[in-house]
Amino acid sequence: MVDYIWLIPAFPAVGFLINGFLGKKLPKAVVSWVACLALFASFVVSVTILFQFFQLPPEERIFERDIFNWITAGEFNATVGFRIDPLSIIMCLVVTGVGFLIHVYSVGYMHDDEGYPRYFTYLNLFVFMMLILVTANNILLMFVGWEGVGLCSYLLIGFWFRKDSASNAGKKAFIVNRIGDYGFLLGIFTLFVTLGAQGVWTLNYGEIQKNAHLLGASAATLITLLFFIGATGKSAQLPLYVWLPDAMEGPTPVSSLIHAATMVTAGVYMVARLNFLYSMAPQIMFIVALVGVLTAIFSASIGFAQNDIKRVLAYSTVSQLGYMFVGVGVGAYAAGIFHLMTHAFFKGLLFLGAGSVIHAMSGEQDMRKMGGLRKKIPITYWTFVFACIAIAGVPGFSGFFSKDEILWRAFSAGGPYRIVWVIAAVAAGMTAFYMFRLLFGTFHGECRASEEVKHHIHESPKVMTIPLMILAVLSVIGGYVGVPHILGGANRIEQFLEPVFGGAGEHAVEAAHTGGWNIISKAFASAGGTEEASVEMTLMVLSVVIAFIGIYIAYRLYIKNPELPKRFVTRFSGLHRAVYNKYFVDEIYGVVFVRGLLGLGTVMKNFFDEIVIDGSINSVAAILRWCGSLLRLLQAGYVQGYAFAMIVGAIIVIGYLVVRMM
Amino acid sequence: MGAFCFPILSVLIYVPLLGAVTLLFVRREHGTYIKGFALVISLIEFALSIPLYFYFNEKTVGMQFVERAAWFPEWGITYFLGIDGISLLLILLTTFLTVLCVLCSWRAIETKVKEYYITFLFLETAMIGTLCSLDLVLFYIFWELMLIPMYLLIGVWGGPKRVYAAIKFFLFTMAGSVLMLLAIFILYYQFYNATGTYTFDVLQLYNAHIPVAKQYWLFAAFALSFAIKVPMFPVHTWLPDAHTEAPTAGSVILAGVLLKMGTYGFLRFAIPLFPAAAHAAIPIISILALVGIIYGAIVSMMQPDLKRLIAFSSVSHLGYVMLGMFAFNMQGLEGSIYQMLNHGVSTGGLFLIVGMLYERRHTRMIADFGGLSTPMPILAIFFMIVTLSSVALPGTNGFVGEFLILLGAFRANMLFGILGTTGVVLGAVYMFWMFQRVMFGEVKKEENRKLIDLGKREVLILCSVVFFIVLMGVYPKIFFKKMDTSVEGFLKFVKERNAYYVASEGAPVKVVLDTLKKPAE
Repeated sequence: MVDYIWLIPAFPAVGFLINGFLGKKLPKAVVSWVACLALFASFVVSVTILFQFFQLPPEERIFERDIFNWITAGEFNATVGFRIDPLSIIMCLVVTGVGFLIHVYSVGYMHDDEGYPRYFTYLNLFVFMMLILVTANNILLMFVGWEGVGLCSYLLIGFWFRKDSASNAGKKAFIVNRIGDYGFLLGIFTLFVTLGAQGVWTLNYGEIQKNAHLLGASAATLITLLFFIGATGKSAQLPLYVWLPDAMEGPTPVSSLIHAATMVTAGVYMVARLNFLYSMAPQIMFIVALVGVLTAIFSASIGFAQNDIKRVLAYSTVSQLGYMFVGVGVGAYAAGIFHLMTHAFFKGLLFLGAGSVIHAMSGEQDMRKMGGLRKKIPITYWTFVFACIAIAGVPGFSGFFSKDEILWRAFSAGGPYRIVWVIAAVAAGMTAFYMFRLLFGTFHGECRASEEVKHHIHESPKVMTIPLMILAVLSVIGGYVGVPHILGGANRIEQFLEPVFGGAGEHAVEAAHTGGWNIISKAFASAGGTEEASVEMTLMVLSVVIAFIGIYIAYRLYIKNPELPKRFVTRFSGLHRAVYNKYFVDEIYGVVFVRGLLGLGTVMKNFFDEIVIDGSINSVAAILRWCGSLLRLLQAGYVQGYAFAMIVGAIIVIGYLVVRMM
Repeated sequence: MGAFCFPILSVLIYVPLLGAVTLLFVRREHGTYIKGFALVISLIEFALSIPLYFYFNEKTVGMQFVERAAWFPEWGITYFLGIDGISLLLILLTTFLTVLCVLCSWRAIETKVKEYYITFLFLETAMIGTLCSLDLVLFYIFWELMLIPMYLLIGVWGGPKRVYAAIKFFLFTMAGSVLMLLAIFILYYQFYNATGTYTFDVLQLYNAHIPVAKQYWLFAAFALSFAIKVPMFPVHTWLPDAHTEAPTAGSVILAGVLLKMGTYGFLRFAIPLFPAAAHAAIPIISILALVGIIYGAIVSMMQPDLKRLIAFSSVSHLGYVMLGMFAFNMQGLEGSIYQMLNHGVSTGGLFLIVGMLYERRHTRMIADFGGLSTPMPILAIFFMIVTLSSVALPGTNGFVGEFLILLGAFRANMLFGILGTTGVVLGAVYMFWMFQRVMFGEVKKEENRKLIDLGKREVLILCSVVFFIVLMGVYPKIFFKKMDTSVEGFLKFVKERNAYYVASEGAPVKVVLDTLKKPAE
């Protein structure tokens, strides 16, 4: 089967082509079957390859296959080629597995939409591009998938293109991503040119890894920083996160698939994929972790005051992506990928659940107009509860294992990473709080909807609830592939990923300690490594306590004493307004960048191009015309006279030249 | 492959001319016959150009399909034709786009139909001739011949400000051409003085020894002439006017082929004839190219008129072409040539689409549109794909060219690469903003509500554009393999010649300083 890795992206491509060309003529049922089966087929191939991997010794679990040479120019050569190893197979499983469930869910959710075939065409195209991204064997092909998913994101955010807000959001997403891609492209150039200077012209992961030692530390630092800029765009990190909350304009299953489970995690995947480069650049690793944790706490705080159910989830996604970057930033690549996977389950589920709520509420997204839904839509409610518990980090659920692994690794990295750990732990508590705020506000208490809406509230059809239930099960059990040793587990996912990541992570953090962070390290070096196990246990208990505190506060505020939050709002109205308005970041960007660019454009067009440049050229013409009017005095209108003048002139010029040359 | 006995290049040059002459004798009442005849001629021409691709031997460096006949032997003027991998691809682009142009003019041109198609076929002759000529006089004749039909296309079949635009176009290009003519003669006498033979044969002139100080002036004259045609910042201002006023087919051929004559001129003449000067000019040309990329993009963003917007985007895209060319490495140069083809396909496609909108609404103002995806879903798909090609999305042709150019530029000079890559972001800004304002949102104007979607002829035209967008994006090898050897040979030659001049006269920069000092002394 491994010889057919290209089949994984091929199926959705076929689905895309069928629905793209014939979708409008086919009945809806055929469109849905084509789209869903394409994903299911890819999923089956992925699972088959996974089981083949289990039968192989770990070091043999890497397969590569070049299909054809794509771009060749001089020393430059990029192939269309695929690579399957433990990292990419996990990504494939997440993308096709969760993707398949979301496709099925969409059959119900989008049923009455006039753009039904268009929707599934885009969705299949997206999955195709995402699979290209994760199965590519070289950076340029990864970039194809990278921009390809960006395109699909653009198309799907603006799916309801008649709404200005939707098409604006799509455009914003694409352009902000392009800013990140600017870094990505420069990263490719720098890598190619610096490695080429050592005689190795390649963009293939394996080749780069083999020759990574040829890169100097400073080159590695620059390259990884540039790639990370790309990651902040795609994975919505500070300062380029602004597009993701707006992306909620798209249909909810799209938010679930693209803007929670898969595409936005591409940045994390990329850092993990290039782990051998990042491990050479400890400073950048620290920046990755720092940006991650700052994003985590920053967007978690915004999540406190949002009332739109999807926006809360969007900020939560930004925040959780921050966690993943903390993971890869402390060198715990496996933990980052582990969290990526569990997050795909529970965040995918949260969005689908939100979609089910919105579906039940006749399109309403404002939490203030919900409440008390738990009895009316029980399946949605219970699956949502599981997801909330999972994301909050309650022991036994998937989010607990993955988040705790990241926290522990951040703590044990020591040195300045302790600060990262502190912030991440606080953000974890905040996550628990705002997720339960969302849960209580939506499903508990009195129903605040209008009578008419209330009348229509109904549970979603099976085609939507079954994916919810499957994801709920995964949100619970998904964590058991990574039970830490301390709890008697074997952390199988880390073991499985070992051939890709090796000891890269520890090495980097070691390097961080020696590479310039000494002073800070010493200050934090109080906790020794001798009692590591008991420290890990203590921390685990601590993070559980933090989670429960968050949940408890939410319970106090939104169930026991619903008047309290309102009092807070009036008491700290300035703070509330800032948080509610997302710290005015969009407005600031709007003034500085958008207005700035438009202003510059206006000046350039109206003044510079039309007056300075065109004007000066036209004035040359005007001067010539004036000279011409003087010369007109010489004109008598006899053609012979002109011809004579021309010949004389030409002879003089040519004669002069001839003489000079001689 | 040996001798290719059939004079295929001459045939390619004169078939359209023959068609044009034949049309002279058709009575103007037979409008449909005239159109049909022009279409058949352009199709024959396209079909005739295809064997070039297959019979072109990609393994040899030299010129192929060579035809040489004495013309004015006493003056060293020969009828000398031949192509390499670079001109081969541009010829194919020309014959392909001409077919599309004839097709898209079907309904758009209602007045003086006969003259229109005669002009167009005549233009094709001139373009192919320019691309095949290896004799400077012959080249210059074809070069100037291109001017006249284009001038007429804008001036006769253009929009309301057509006369202004046509004269501006004519004067700009004439101004450059005159300087080039002068430079050609100086080169001619220079060669005669050195060797005692009169020749306009480019391949011989390539090996002339031209003192570096003189090269600067000659290069400047050639470069100015070509830069106006490209057009490079700051001599680009004729382009927006010409594009805006030209009929659709005129815009397509102008963007698709005529602008490439400028960049082709650099490759065939300005750089190999004066390699030392070309190397010395790298900073100037690269900086102007970068300004063109960024400036073109920003000014494009603010245009209220679709055609002006695309015209400025051309300034930006041609900036890439020049940037890549003057990187003087394989990536930059091959990307540059590829970008010439890309630009022909994708900007040609954009002009075709704007033309289709214009035929329906008789306006090109962005503000007059909005929400067109609702009445015209098929157009929306094509427009989207062509837009994506223009913003160089991976998988489309635009990406291959832009990526290689930027990579080459980065390799040659990091700063140029860093600045040039900003165009990637700006390109997305102006194209997507334009697309949104035209296609998305509610339909606000009554007139737009009942727009009729594309017909079969239009779908056929755009399908062929999209076909090449995808083919060139996914499997560029079929085009690269034809130019690889030629480009390699070109680079090797130019580098060797430059090294020769450096060895014989010292570093070029020093010479520049010397020439600058002279007048002051």
